[in-house]
Amino acid sequence: MQNALQLVWLIPFFPLIGFLINGLFRKQLSKSLIALTGCGTILVSFILSVWVFLQVKNGNSDVAEYFNFISAGSFKVPFAFQVDALSSLFLLIITGIGFIIHVYSTSYMKDETGEHYGRYFSYLNLFVFSMLLLVMGANYVIMYLGWEGVALCSYLLIGYWFKNTEYSKAANKAFIMNRVGDFAFLLALFWIVSKTGSVSFDVVFSKASALGTSDVTIITLLLFIGATAKSAQIPLYTWLPDAMAGPTPVSALIHAATMVNAGIYMVTRSKALYSLAPLSQDVIAITGLATAILAATIAMKQNDIKKVLAYSTVSQLGYIFLALGVGAYTAGIFHVMTHAFFKALLFLAAGSVIHAMGGEQDIRRMGGMKGKLKITYITFLVGCLAISGIPPFSGFFSKDAILLSAYEHNKILYVVALFGALLTAYYMFRLLFLTFNGSFRGTEEQQHHLHESPAAMTIPLIILAVLSFAGGFAGIPDIFLKGGDAIAEFLSPVLPPEGGKTVSHSTELILMLLTTVLVLAVIVLAWFRFRKYKPEEEKGLGKFLKNKWYVDELYEKIIINPLDRFGAFLSNVFDRSVVDGLVNIVGRLVNYGSRQVRLLQSGQVTSYVLLMVLSMLLIMAVQFFLRK
Amino acid sequence: MPVNYYIFLSLALFAIGIVGVLIRRNAITFFMCIEIMLNAVNLLLVAFSKMHHAKQAATLATAGIDGQIFVFFIMVVAAAEVSVGLAIIVMLFRNVHSVNVNFLNRLKH
Repeated sequence: MQNALQLVWLIPFFPLIGFLINGLFRKQLSKSLIALTGCGTILVSFILSVWVFLQVKNGNSDVAEYFNFISAGSFKVPFAFQVDALSSLFLLIITGIGFIIHVYSTSYMKDETGEHYGRYFSYLNLFVFSMLLLVMGANYVIMYLGWEGVALCSYLLIGYWFKNTEYSKAANKAFIMNRVGDFAFLLALFWIVSKTGSVSFDVVFSKASALGTSDVTIITLLLFIGATAKSAQIPLYTWLPDAMAGPTPVSALIHAATMVNAGIYMVTRSKALYSLAPLSQDVIAITGLATAILAATIAMKQNDIKKVLAYSTVSQLGYIFLALGVGAYTAGIFHVMTHAFFKALLFLAAGSVIHAMGGEQDIRRMGGMKGKLKITYITFLVGCLAISGIPPFSGFFSKDAILLSAYEHNKILYVVALFGALLTAYYMFRLLFLTFNGSFRGTEEQQHHLHESPAAMTIPLIILAVLSFAGGFAGIPDIFLKGGDAIAEFLSPVLPPEGGKTVSHSTELILMLLTTVLVLAVIVLAWFRFRKYKPEEEKGLGKFLKNKWYVDELYEKIIINPLDRFGAFLSNVFDRSVVDGLVNIVGRLVNYGSRQVRLLQSGQVTSYVLLMVLSMLLIMAVQFFLRK
Repeated sequence: MPVNYYIFLSLALFAIGIVGVLIRRNAITFFMCIEIMLNAVNLLLVAFSKMHHAKQAATLATAGIDGQIFVFFIMVVAAAEVSVGLAIIVMLFRNVHSVNVNFLNRLKH
């Protein structure tokens, strides 16, 4: 009997339909119909994803092959979907959080005109479709399709308010930086095809052990460069903070909960390759940790509520890469899940704040909002507690799993990662206190206008807050509850548990206690520092951090400016003198030649005949000599 | 008789024709020279046709006759061409009272 999971194509199919309907009829449909199509299609996908998840939980898994996508000689790329524990978990995250954010968007974007409203939802649906393609593809090509699709949607949605030049530039930046990574991904793809003759995961991974170490290392490093662009790691992370130009739900969906996890998903999927390349794993771990610290330090000094969250996302993604680098894939995926919950929550709550402030994003002009925005405040607080890793919030379990694996791997990594975790707590509570505590620092009008958001926005917040609180219970470590690590058990068919734990339970407990106590201490510190707003002086280290380590300026200097100059050289010198010169020379030669040849046309019949005879003789002579 | 003789004769006729065309200015002479060249080619056709079928000549009376048939066709077409050419010369004479081909330089314009 055919596996019921063959029906899995329906999951990406519905968002595609939603995209087509909203995209094609955005001018005809009313706003409520657009919202209904946008959310309804995702809801159907979500329900199907739950069904798939349950199927997989009961031990069913399948590679659903539909047709030949590319066929060239013996090389075939089937259009196939892989349904297993890893992809079904991502399906749940994407469609579940996607649906919540769609619902939130219906209210957040309600001031848009009908046409733009339709455009927004069609992009959002297209994004969900591409993201589903990315995680469901059973080979690298289908994954790459989704990979490019999400980059496109990210571009379209960052530049959603395209009339603002700054926003359009941010969209360009995101797209171009992603292209750099895509290029590396493509190179890896070609390398894989030339070495294994296939792109299907099962074939590639079964042949992986036969590859040379250098091949595997290069492939994995190239794939990782692709991941650094998509998941905003050093050196290609600077697009993500700028991507905050898009509407806030977009930041929540694309730039916090789903798309930025694509790189992580890809690395996890390619685990079979990475396990053969210890060098690449070290590179990943160090890059991840460096990104985590760098972004956390920058986040401490940002004043834009969304920018802080963006850097926080970069930092958390760094943690996940650290987990992948030390081989703790399960912990990484677990943190992907909890991070998707609490970061989406934080972004949506920030959106609610921005909504109440009438578009204001600068936390220096906020403050004292906890009285007016009770639900937003409480949910934001839950998000902060979760991201800081206070037990029993979800972030505690996942972050602790990562820290523990880092500790097992290398003590130095652990200390640095712990430091990063403290920074996280500091900047998140700085954000919380500056936004919600103290006295209001905005204008009279804004104060008058302050209000809690409508139900379509608060209900998603509450759902996500519950998930952020309880999401961690999916992975309770053994010391608290034997067999409580449900997520590791669920993922075990794809990600078999890594060896025996070398850390004793007492050490584990001490480390947890240490982390928790330190984080609590940092929160108290932040409370005393930011309970009342004091303008921060900008000099020395603070200024350095506020200006984001001058990384943008550095890139401007060493990459953009030389490229600009090179472009100017090409357009002013090369184009004008060489390209135009060549064209002009050809023209002049033809002109001159024609003027000379024109003299032959004398009108004298005898001269024509003479020419004819001479050329005949010439041809004969040529024939005669060339035959020999 | 070897075919060489025919080739040389034909070559001589053709060369005479060409030189005539190149150096003479009288349209009638011009025309006659063209005819000479045409007939040089005709001669060659007949000669080669005979040469190629030399082996069958002993048994087959009509061997090598295809070249002659070609030549008949060429003569017919040439006759038609001559009539057109002469008509042009007559018109030339009527217009410029001369048969010098140097007056035939209107092709330039």
